[in-house]
Amino acid sequence: MDLTLWTYEGPPHVGAMRIAASMKGVHYVLHAPQGDTYADLLFTMIERRGQRPPVTYTTFQARDLGGDTAELVKRHVREAVERFEPDALLVGESCTAELIQDQPGALACGMGLNLPVVTLELPAYSKKENWGAAETLYQLVRGLLKQQPANPGAHNPTAWKEEQRRPRVNLLGPSLLGFRCRDDVLEVRKLLDRHGIEVAVVMPLDASVADVMRLPDADVNVCLYPEIAESSCSWLERTFGQPFTRTVPIGVGATTDFLAELRALLGMEPPASDEGAQQSRLPWYSESVDSTYLTGKRVFIFGDGTHVLAAARIARRELGFEVVGLGTYSREMARPVRAKAKELGLEALISDDYLAVEAAMAEAAPELVLGTQMERHSAKRLGIPCAVISTPMHVQDVPARYSPQMGWEGANVIFDTWVHPLMMGLEEHLIGMFRHDFEFVDGHQSHLGHLGGLQSGQPEPNAAPAMTAVAGDVSGETTLTWTADGEAELKKIPFFVRGKVRRNTETYAREQGRGQIDSETLYDAKAHFSA
Amino acid sequence: MSANLLKESGPREVFCGLTSIVWLHRRMPDAFFLVVGSRTCAHLIQSAAGVMIFAEPRFGTAILSERDLAGLADAHDELKRVVRDLLARRPEIRTLFLVGSCPSEVIKLDLARASEQLNQEMEGRVRVVNYSGSGIETTFTQGEDGALSALVPMLPTSTERQLLLVGTLADAVEDRLITLFKRLGIDTVRSLPPRQSTDLPPVGPGTKVLLCQPFLSDTTRRLRDRGAEILPAPYPLGAEGSRLWMEAAAQAWDINAAQIRATLDPLMERARLALEPHRQKLAGKRIFLLPESQLELPLARFLQRECGMDLVEVGTPYLNRDLMRSELELLPDGTRVMEGQHVEQQLDRVRDARPDLVVCGMGLANPLEAEGIATKWSIELVFSPIHGIDQAGELAELFSRPLHRHQLLAAGRQC
Ligand code: SF4
Ligand code: SF4
Repeated sequence: MDLTLWTYEGPPHVGAMRIAASMKGVHYVLHAPQGDTYADLLFTMIERRGQRPPVTYTTFQARDLGGDTAELVKRHVREAVERFEPDALLVGESCTAELIQDQPGALACGMGLNLPVVTLELPAYSKKENWGAAETLYQLVRGLLKQQPANPGAHNPTAWKEEQRRPRVNLLGPSLLGFRCRDDVLEVRKLLDRHGIEVAVVMPLDASVADVMRLPDADVNVCLYPEIAESSCSWLERTFGQPFTRTVPIGVGATTDFLAELRALLGMEPPASDEGAQQSRLPWYSESVDSTYLTGKRVFIFGDGTHVLAAARIARRELGFEVVGLGTYSREMARPVRAKAKELGLEALISDDYLAVEAAMAEAAPELVLGTQMERHSAKRLGIPCAVISTPMHVQDVPARYSPQMGWEGANVIFDTWVHPLMMGLEEHLIGMFRHDFEFVDGHQSHLGHLGGLQSGQPEPNAAPAMTAVAGDVSGETTLTWTADGEAELKKIPFFVRGKVRRNTETYAREQGRGQIDSETLYDAKAHFSA
Repeated sequence: MSANLLKESGPREVFCGLTSIVWLHRRMPDAFFLVVGSRTCAHLIQSAAGVMIFAEPRFGTAILSERDLAGLADAHDELKRVVRDLLARRPEIRTLFLVGSCPSEVIKLDLARASEQLNQEMEGRVRVVNYSGSGIETTFTQGEDGALSALVPMLPTSTERQLLLVGTLADAVEDRLITLFKRLGIDTVRSLPPRQSTDLPPVGPGTKVLLCQPFLSDTTRRLRDRGAEILPAPYPLGAEGSRLWMEAAAQAWDINAAQIRATLDPLMERARLALEPHRQKLAGKRIFLLPESQLELPLARFLQRECGMDLVEVGTPYLNRDLMRSELELLPDGTRVMEGQHVEQQLDRVRDARPDLVVCGMGLANPLEAEGIATKWSIELVFSPIHGIDQAGELAELFSRPLHRHQLLAAGRQC
């Protein structure tokens, strides 16, 4: 039994709903009590969709339990098929139905329905949403394609050359309630089109049952969201011999690698090495002198596996940040995230306890947090700027504007969304500092504003990264007090590094056995930690 | 009463009783609601609670895992461990509600026994109470009924003559109502739930109850068993309903008609003015209420009688004829009152009727909007301070606003 105040992922049947709702002509009969219908609002409110997800809940009640719940399931299956006339039916159960063991899938299969029925077994007490989505996609792909002749050895991903057509790929993984999936698909389509590569099927987003049947016709599969599509991609590889890409094109470097990987699989020439610099503004913006203040910014990264892996790479290699914390709630992605953390000299935090994440964040004292909506809240409490990079979805993560994460435009979007909170922090500090300056008019800052601010003798924010070696909190021994003069000095430090400076200074004071912290202690600590 | 009472059954689209936690935890800041359930339950309250959670929510879920299912005896120990951890971390908690869910009911986890044992262990530092908010037994607002009825046995006994307001009210609304009752001459007014969970009102033969919410059947029954008298009245929604509700108390206190008029007439006049602009927008418009919060009947009565709306259909998840008698009497002859749910058939009827406004659950609102039908979320009505004569204008505004918005946008499309 685990105490949860907040959870990153829903139950596995919500993952299944994401697949059903993403597709066309697929209906899901879910054996579940009435309260489970809340899941509809994830789609209609958070994602602001104009349609209900294609789900029929059996909504059994206590009084049904003694009687014939099997009949209830069949009645709902029958009604759903008549009313919605789907091309394929998913049948499954939620946590409560799992306990009463009605086996709705078997019941539906025994009804002699004239359409493909895919039975889902999603263990609600051990698995979660992304796993449920992956499993559903896999069962659906396998269930619909199992009749097709398979000869994996015969597949030739370069066959397009002889057949004198454009190479053809499927995009697998984008789904509703996935982070910016809709825009990512558009961006990846654009990207592939530039390279003369055709997109055959996108699945699950907007795919029909007929589309699923066409999956084996593609030369290569592109695995856009490994959390959701990897199991399907590898089944397609085993069964039909279709290779699939491993790189997720988020960030300039990864997009470049992705193109190289895909083109190699398709037997095409390697791409031009400077395409990223030509097509995306991120590399130049990052080099430009205005970005100097980003140097070595300490970032803490937490979210789903795909997005944190991408973020770690971008942060370090494309923005020159220092990654001081990396973790994920996706246990299925723990291995690659651990490896990535190790590469960065860190230990990955694999946890679905947001309080543990918050504690790790406080401990790492970063200058920027890249996380989920929950880390946004935690960061706000800690006074640290934050940008959201990952699910779980919030209505704010479904913007009206075009806002992909993948490809060249995605890199631009990422530059803006990450750098903006840092600038906001800086600006807020400057506004505070110049509040009494008659020349300063709120909101009229030149782009050089921060230079002016930093030269005026204040501890500059990017001096802070050097102060990293924070010892663990030695609480409880010396009681520390800040003198008025120490507090005043501390106030001059930008609020987004103030917390860390406070901690460092207190650690230093304790080590030195000083009970009072004045401005001198603060400067001593600063010198101590940058030495 | 001559409303046309109908019944329907089929797929439902109503929250379960866990959802009530979302407002109960705000009412009693020293209480904590611990759902004993599954990841689904945890996800539900998180999603229903405005999607993002506050800094330190006063509710959480003890999520059952495979291990707990395998060994029931252990599940009890596990639960106690979780509770101890929680109370150690949150020493400010005074009342802990253990909230049963479908999974905990199905595996027959005995929360009553767990509460009893924990109570002994806590020696009065924390009071542990249990009730069920499971979706196989309760809908949406019935969770509040469960929570309050679980408190009734803890209420001290007293024969004092007092008015007890039962059902969660917004604090400001409650203050105002108490002031008005004092003006009428009723001095001892208490509330269930109280603002502090430890501040439980006494109950006994001198207690006369006014129900603030219509979904409190079990609580009502238990209060009666404790000797309280339930004053029959419509619910305090809208000026008229609120007045009749207050008058029911005034009559029980034998307050003379002149005093009642002197106190309430000016309020009624002001409410009439406040309602007028909304009435202009709402009169003649057709409204369809899908079943969700149990507030549907009182709202329909208000919207029809005070705002001039036409009632296409009034749904309700279940109909307690006893508690709804005064409301049913005020509905126009032949009003279609539909108890229970077949959500698909109901939506078919909505589409056929094309009403101007639909009151519905959160999952249905945007899809209806996408079909060009203005909507109002039921859940908002449980959250908003809508009770009392003074709030009638605000209540009407909740319904006129979506219509007004549709008009503005329709006008915008023409230029
Ligand atoms: S319906 Fe039952 S299982 Fe579903 S959220 Fe409510 S209590 Fe939990
Ligand atoms: S102001 Fe900064 S910390 Fe606050 S929410 Fe925005 S980005 Fe996050």
